[in-house]
Amino acid sequence: MSCCGTSAGYDEIDEVSRLVSRKLAAFLRTLRDNGFAVGLAEGQDAAALMASGYARKPGLLRSAFKHLFSARKSDWEKFDGLFDAFWLGKRVRSRSLTTGSAKAANNPSLKSLQDTGSTQGGSESATDQIPSVDDAPQGRSGEGRMEGASRADNLAEVDFRNIAGPGQLEQAHAAAARLAKAMRTRLTRRDLARRRGYRLDLRRTIHRNISHGGVPIALVKRQRKDKPLRLVVLLDASGSMSLYTGVFLRFIHGVLDEFREAEAFLFHTRLAYVSDAMKEKDAGRALDRLSLLAQGAGGGTKIGESLKTFNRWHAARVIHSRTCVMIVSDGYETGDAALLGREMAQLARRCRRIVWLNPMMAWEGYAPEAQGIKAALPHVDLYARANTLASLAALEPYLARL
Amino acid sequence: MKTRDEIAQALAASGYIADAELATAVSLMQRLRRPLLLEGEAGVGKTEVAKALAGVHATELIRLQCYEGLDQSSALYEWNYQRQLLAIQAHHGSDADAIEDRIFSEKYLLERPLLAAIRRDKPPVLLIDEIDRADDEFEAFLLELLSDFQVSIPELGTIKATTIPHVVLTSNGTRELSDALRRRCLYHYVDFPDVDREARIIVARIDGASASLSLQIAQMVQSIRKEELRKVPGVAETLDWAAALVGLDVRDLHDDPEVVQDTLMCLLKTQEDKARLTREVSARLLGKVA
Repeated sequence: MSCCGTSAGYDEIDEVSRLVSRKLAAFLRTLRDNGFAVGLAEGQDAAALMASGYARKPGLLRSAFKHLFSARKSDWEKFDGLFDAFWLGKRVRSRSLTTGSAKAANNPSLKSLQDTGSTQGGSESATDQIPSVDDAPQGRSGEGRMEGASRADNLAEVDFRNIAGPGQLEQAHAAAARLAKAMRTRLTRRDLARRRGYRLDLRRTIHRNISHGGVPIALVKRQRKDKPLRLVVLLDASGSMSLYTGVFLRFIHGVLDEFREAEAFLFHTRLAYVSDAMKEKDAGRALDRLSLLAQGAGGGTKIGESLKTFNRWHAARVIHSRTCVMIVSDGYETGDAALLGREMAQLARRCRRIVWLNPMMAWEGYAPEAQGIKAALPHVDLYARANTLASLAALEPYLARL
Repeated sequence: MKTRDEIAQALAASGYIADAELATAVSLMQRLRRPLLLEGEAGVGKTEVAKALAGVHATELIRLQCYEGLDQSSALYEWNYQRQLLAIQAHHGSDADAIEDRIFSEKYLLERPLLAAIRRDKPPVLLIDEIDRADDEFEAFLLELLSDFQVSIPELGTIKATTIPHVVLTSNGTRELSDALRRRCLYHYVDFPDVDREARIIVARIDGASASLSLQIAQMVQSIRKEELRKVPGVAETLDWAAALVGLDVRDLHDDPEVVQDTLMCLLKTQEDKARLTREVSARLLGKVA
């Protein structure tokens, strides 16, 4: 209906317009590279627009293309830069998929976290100052010896950081994914058993009883639509957590796949919305997409800042009355701890429960001394360890009660 | 087909002060025949865009308010069961086929907004408000309707659109919309207006608001938005406040800080925000207002 600009025969197109359409095609490719969902229909419409006088003023064309090609707020915000860079030759970063400034080479992708597992992944990524990842394994030489024994009996009880070797790691990941799936099924079943209609639906009752000549024999009741429990996971992907990130990512991938309503975010110094990337069926590919999204800018963990972003931009959308927010972090805040406290209070008002999972909690002699965790704990409903598969599984009864 | 400036003027004439971007969006709607998806925070005037658009095209506005559990029978069409039952009893004894033909005819069809929108003589503006509140299933159905503009009613056959309506969708972001729907639409992010535009909105909407007072109000609201509030006041709240001030015969905000403080309830809708904007804070903000 709108392809009048492209329907002209090839021979009629002179050299200039051929150049323009080639340039347009290149622009579309740039947009796709930057995460825009641009299809054939949009390309045709764009060509039609250029043919019908919108190209005369760059400002007008930019505005027109912006409406046509953007699909969400993030697109909307980065479009002007991309357009100027491409058509007007202004120097803007060419690929703005990752808003972080760090170079990919200096930052280990999350994929490599998953692949190399819990031992090496952290040491290159020691962007965080606290606690130095290099010291960590040395400081716990005693536990290193225990590793052999527990590995032999049951993976469920092994601390994630002690799981080594690709085979075992894969096993642990698969177990995390299975666990997520099992949690979903059980939670849903509990939901259904409770449901019961309570109000008469007159309109439907009449319709249903047409076959009885309009005498209302079978009653139709209206029931409130039950909201399924929604799980929102905020995962700390900073250096201090690097030993655990791999397994938790896999767990989150499982959760997103299986829960009808689940959202996931990663944070370190910034917050990244990763549900879409995680919805990729193949876990490896999903992690690949993540590595593009989640490269941090500089070191440290700004939990408070990230929560602020979450509260401001995402909370209204992802949180409803039956939402459990699950924060997976060690609570080492390098930013302002008071801010973290304030934002936690905000968050606590919004959602039904906040679960804080701290993998470090199981470490011997660990006490929640860090400024960040101290500020956050008053607002947390459940503060639990999560360093083994068994401890993850132990969460399920708690979630089922919500 | 109107140019961008003409559209901006026409929007202004029907009471909506648009920026250049929005005028472009409206002209694209006409040209490409795509629906327009408006996103933005609550209270920035998304719904008003549709109303103004109806004014521009001098046509009817058909509104479909979405909510959780909205289904086809309340959005598209429904048979008038009571009348059908009556008809069956009234024609008792006559030929069954004849009765069937009779009761499944236009006469017994209840038009709901979506069906109404495609059966008008003049293309109306169809406002699908807060699409994010509807279910996924409804969104998929809507997508189909928006691309084909025809509806099939099993008992009656396919109804083709006589006109293609101007479709405006709004979303508050309570749920992530599907990529397919987003791609189908033109996208426009509605932001809070800048001081100048907000002042012009006040002048246009509130009778008796002078230019200088409007500017002061807009500046004040702008700085209030920068405070950390739970509910940021939208344009509708600004207009309420302006109306209140005009009603109380305030000519200059500096004349009576007392009244300003007392009428802030038009802007601040939670106890917490009210507590945060103390007299001292509002005095400080007022100090910045020219």
